[in-house]
Amino acid sequence: MVISMDEDIVVDAKNISMEFNLNQDKTDNFKEFVIKALKKELRFQSFWALKDVSVQVRKGEKVAFIGLNGAGKSTLLKIIAGVLKPTKGSVKVKGSIAPLLSLGAGFDQNYSGRENVYLNGSILGHSRAYMDERFDEIVEFSELGEFIDVPVKNYSSGMRSRLAFSIATSVNPDILMLDEVLSVGDMAFQQKCKNKMNNMMSGDVSLLFVSHSVKQVRSMCDKAYWIDHGKLMAYGEVNEVCDKYEDYASSLKK
Amino acid sequence: MVLNKIKNELVNFNKYRYLLSELVSRDIKVKYRQSVLGILWSLLDPLLSMIVLTIVFSTLFKRIENYPIYYLSGMLAYRLFSSGSSSAMRSMVQSASIWKAIYVPKYLYVVSAVLSNFVTYLLSLIVLFMLMVVLHVNFTIYMIFASLPILVLIVLTIGVGLIMATLNVFFRDMQYLYSVFTLMLMYSTPIFYPPDILPQSFVFIQTFNPLYQIIKCLRDCFLYGQLYDLYSILFPTLCAILFLAIGLLVFYKNQDKFILYV
Repeated sequence: MVISMDEDIVVDAKNISMEFNLNQDKTDNFKEFVIKALKKELRFQSFWALKDVSVQVRKGEKVAFIGLNGAGKSTLLKIIAGVLKPTKGSVKVKGSIAPLLSLGAGFDQNYSGRENVYLNGSILGHSRAYMDERFDEIVEFSELGEFIDVPVKNYSSGMRSRLAFSIATSVNPDILMLDEVLSVGDMAFQQKCKNKMNNMMSGDVSLLFVSHSVKQVRSMCDKAYWIDHGKLMAYGEVNEVCDKYEDYASSLKK
Repeated sequence: MVLNKIKNELVNFNKYRYLLSELVSRDIKVKYRQSVLGILWSLLDPLLSMIVLTIVFSTLFKRIENYPIYYLSGMLAYRLFSSGSSSAMRSMVQSASIWKAIYVPKYLYVVSAVLSNFVTYLLSLIVLFMLMVVLHVNFTIYMIFASLPILVLIVLTIGVGLIMATLNVFFRDMQYLYSVFTLMLMYSTPIFYPPDILPQSFVFIQTFNPLYQIIKCLRDCFLYGQLYDLYSILFPTLCAILFLAIGLLVFYKNQDKFILYV
């Protein structure tokens, strides 16, 4: 039996460790695999992207993950999203997640923007009727206008990310994941995104946010996790953690 | 424990059932996008190949009555299996950009690839029925019984598709190997030739070919207006269940590793 969780906790990731084998991507055809197996070259070169990291997020909390490139932030987000299964540890998530790990990943290039709204909606687990209700809002926010009926392959990258952002934020997720994506579109649209984010944040939406911009983190989040080389260095109130991280980052430059 | 898992899967499927229908309609729409005749190709394709094959082989195999029906009832089922399992095989790699970013039940891509081929199959049945009218083949009550072998065929295709999709994630050369296999399967199955041209010592190729047994059932229903014999339906049913079980096992055991190989 599962002991019932604290009502408020929407993400409960315990002692997450993630191991990768650096060698395995080299064999993706059968011939090489057999040859390597015969030569006993199928070594296992282990690399721990995350070591014993625990994360708890409560309802409505805005949590940032900061750290240098390759620290394991995105891996952690992928594990929480259920895309990647951790080598060790357990993840429990309550409610729906709308990930914006990479904008427009769910688009079919041959589909028009309109059709992609429904396709993307269904990927997030929503019906056609549900998306119908939000369709006008999505088109309006994305500022695509008549381009909504043009195939997505002819979109500019800005148009694509505008549409993806509009879809992900209009389906009322319980948890929103943003991985370095707030830099989409031009200045005017960025401002619009920020306003929308602020609106959403006043509600019950929990936010998991990965960014290199400490300034953005401080203004948007109230808690932060600092990860370095797969280890949790510090977590807690956003300004405290950011101060520590900035001290560390500036000490590296010297 | 196992029951709980199955229950979770069903709840999950219910949540993502819209994705399944979106994927099926996407497959069909995208397939015929930018072609003038569009979905009509699902009808023209079997019709044209039937005409060519009939011209070439109907005099050679004169003893087959209603050669066009004989050929089509076999060919359409073969197509459902071969293109269904092939596109299921490719589906995991093709949809990688999605399941690498967002959680979705991965098997949905395999199932939708097979189901969209099934829709094409249903459309091409129209050609078969029209030909039956033209060639004065009687519509009998037994045609209803064709739904059982068709269902078995779908289950078999999904089972094989799950296995091939898993293998293809780890070894991309499965695609080439599998296309050789499906070609061999086509020639070893009596689709455009009568089953009795094979020497007695090779008859086992037909006896233990689930696809041929299904085709035999279908021909009984459509062409000969009679009920299939027990073996012809039982053997492929058992094969289909076996392949589905192996497919699910292989797929579920490995699906968490897919992301590391694509």
